[in-house]
Amino acid sequence: MATFDLNDDGLVVIVGSGAGGGTLGTELALKGIRTVILEAGARHNMEDFVNDEWASFAQLAWTDMRTTSGSWRVARDFPNLPAWIVKAVGGSTVHWAGASLRFEEHEFRIRDHYGAMSGANLLDWPITRAELDPWYEKAEDRMGVTRTNGIKGLPGNNNFKVLEAGARRLGYKEVHTGRMAINSEERHDRGACQQIGFCFQGCKSGAKWSTLIAEIPRGEETGNLEVRPNCMAIRIEHDAAGKVTGVVYADEKGQLQRQKARIVAVAGNSIESPRLLLNSASTLFPDGLANSSGQVGRNYMRHMTGSVYGVFEKSVHMYRGTTMAGIIRDEAHHDPKRGFAGGYEMETLSLGIPFMAAFLNPGGWGRPFTSAMEQYPRMAGMWLVGEDMPQETNRITLDPAVKDKHGMPVAHVHFDDHPNDVAMRNHAYRQGAAVYEAVGATVTYPTPPYPSTHNMGTNRMSAKPRDGVVNRFGQTHDVKNLFVSDGSQFTSGAACNPTLTIVALALRQADHIAGAMQRREI
Amino acid sequence: MREVDPRRRVSRRSFLQSAAAAAPVAAIATGLSVEEAWAEGGAALSPAELKTLVKVARDIYPHDFLADTYYIAAVKPWDGKAAGDPATKQLLTEGLRRLDEDARTRHKVAYAQIGWEADRIVLLQAIEHTPFFKALRADLVVSLYNQPELWPKFGYEGPSADKGGYLHRGFNDIDWLPKV
Ligand SMILES: Cc1cc2nc3c(=O)[nH]c(=O)nc-3n(C[C@H](O)[C@H](O)[C@H](O)COP(=O)(O)OP(=O)(O)OC[C@H]3O[C@@H](n4cnc5c(N)ncnc54)[C@H](O)[C@@H]3O)c2cc1C
Ligand code: SF4
Repeated sequence: MATFDLNDDGLVVIVGSGAGGGTLGTELALKGIRTVILEAGARHNMEDFVNDEWASFAQLAWTDMRTTSGSWRVARDFPNLPAWIVKAVGGSTVHWAGASLRFEEHEFRIRDHYGAMSGANLLDWPITRAELDPWYEKAEDRMGVTRTNGIKGLPGNNNFKVLEAGARRLGYKEVHTGRMAINSEERHDRGACQQIGFCFQGCKSGAKWSTLIAEIPRGEETGNLEVRPNCMAIRIEHDAAGKVTGVVYADEKGQLQRQKARIVAVAGNSIESPRLLLNSASTLFPDGLANSSGQVGRNYMRHMTGSVYGVFEKSVHMYRGTTMAGIIRDEAHHDPKRGFAGGYEMETLSLGIPFMAAFLNPGGWGRPFTSAMEQYPRMAGMWLVGEDMPQETNRITLDPAVKDKHGMPVAHVHFDDHPNDVAMRNHAYRQGAAVYEAVGATVTYPTPPYPSTHNMGTNRMSAKPRDGVVNRFGQTHDVKNLFVSDGSQFTSGAACNPTLTIVALALRQADHIAGAMQRREI
Repeated sequence: MREVDPRRRVSRRSFLQSAAAAAPVAAIATGLSVEEAWAEGGAALSPAELKTLVKVARDIYPHDFLADTYYIAAVKPWDGKAAGDPATKQLLTEGLRRLDEDARTRHKVAYAQIGWEADRIVLLQAIEHTPFFKALRADLVVSLYNQPELWPKFGYEGPSADKGGYLHRGFNDIDWLPKV
């Protein structure tokens, strides 16, 4: 494992060690490029993870202050928890469930395909599905995604079997146990899934891919990667020519340090990345770094989400086994006849009793609530995840009043559902309920969105500098040695879960950065 | 299908250890009623206040198969907090006093003496938007449902990694689905 000097100005410095940052750092190290990852959270081992929802949340989740506004229900129910993401080495890939799907071809060009939509800010990506396909292939192989590379699907658990039976009765065709970055058989030194059922709590068996266990250690082995846990980036600095020169961060003791850099890559997830750029405003960049377009922090997407739980006469025990290995893809296409643009996936989901109580109907109480809780062993559950429309006003800003313990303004998250999101959610609630009713559900619960687990779009890619923050390689339009490497690059959110695309983009970006460094362009 | 035995399966010793911090041990160990367990009163709240608090907790999240001990464990930390923080104490005592006043106005008895849950619910609905109710409910949804001892009663088995997961313990043992 390497340790690099604070004054070494030949390094790539990455902020964040999650899907984007952890992958980029490892890939650069494998290519022989000396890299430091600054990670705000602590480093845990697989053995330290706990099969206990609240204890695990306390161990892993980002609970530093954030503030909210807007008409979304999360702002009312969880005003200081707009997002459920991780603050630890590995980032949200420690929490994630492993669903790994490619965007559809048209989902890269929504402005073209869906047309102009009032109130929304649609834009086409500057890259196509065909361009990303080789990187998707690489990512799938690396992450060991089931149903790719000859890897068999995971076995279906009880929750999946209910979903599958209902889906078939309804006439849905594309129903299976998903494309999951969870080993169905031993692969790349990691064992097969033990059906533990605490995928969100950091898989204790190592079957689930995360940058913590599957990437970063490989990068560290090369001697080219140093990961610094408990180091929170506060500000990115630049020289008079407008090139970035380093990152100021608070170390584990809260002391400020300055790490010099040849290149800086921001990968703090879509809330923290724009916060860091905005907080790096200077006389040269008065609206924040890389923000000449005014788009930093805008077009925040979080997916149209919701859940449906169905109750049956007999037991399901949905919590047994892999949390999200089950999918119906028949509604994922774009079919405006349904009354909205874009599509959605239905994926199995289960929560334990503690989280079910918190999320089933936040704020709910009394007999209707407790009667639902008492159906727990007879419940099946699904998560609805669909494309939400980028809107300029859905936005991360620096809170004008609230600061964190380092004196850095906290992120303020504003979100309103677009009418398209609402129409899609209502359709998804109806179809989700129909799936369970088809196999005898006695009651179904349309459950509101949880705090955002999929955060995207706040530093989006654009062909033209005025429409977005980064170019087709995630390089900022304004500063050539500054990159964005996480989900905030997304120009659109697509119907599917984002992480495979984040990883594919990071691998592609590593290739680009290595080439540009070799050619001495940066 | 393998069903979940709703009886308490944790050893008494580990149960007492985990619950000791939150609930009066006497109540847990002997199954005493609220009055008996808290006859002495808490650190900050009187026996009557504690009793009402437990009643309110049960009315917010009524599960008839749960003994008072679980509700006591869930609200007991409030008493400790009130002892150390005058603002919390005021929030609780004033909230509880208002409930009793409302109860007397409508039913001529204190809150805890109102016979029907439905009548008590009407009073709670009237204070649903007060800081007292909101704080109590938000805390309770964690402090009640996060007690591992209560999970088997809801058919939830809790941690599974130490048992080898569900690979050989029924992850796919559902046997009643129609053939499709
Ligand atoms: C419960 C849950 C389930 C999920 N399931 C799926 C799934 O099945 N499929 C899927 O595709 N996606 C899933 N996701 C989403 C997925 O985890 C994220 O999309 C992905 O991890 C985002 O990658 P990222 O690189 O943008 O950010 P992250 O992975 O969140 O990493 C960001 C890291 O940056 C660190 N950081 C932030 N600011 C700073 C700073 N200033 N200085 C230093 N470090 C900083 C953070 O602490 C964090 O570790 C799930 C998420 C959750 C929470
Ligand atoms: S179900 Fe599989 S992937 Fe999920 S935590 Fe268990 S072993 Fe890991």
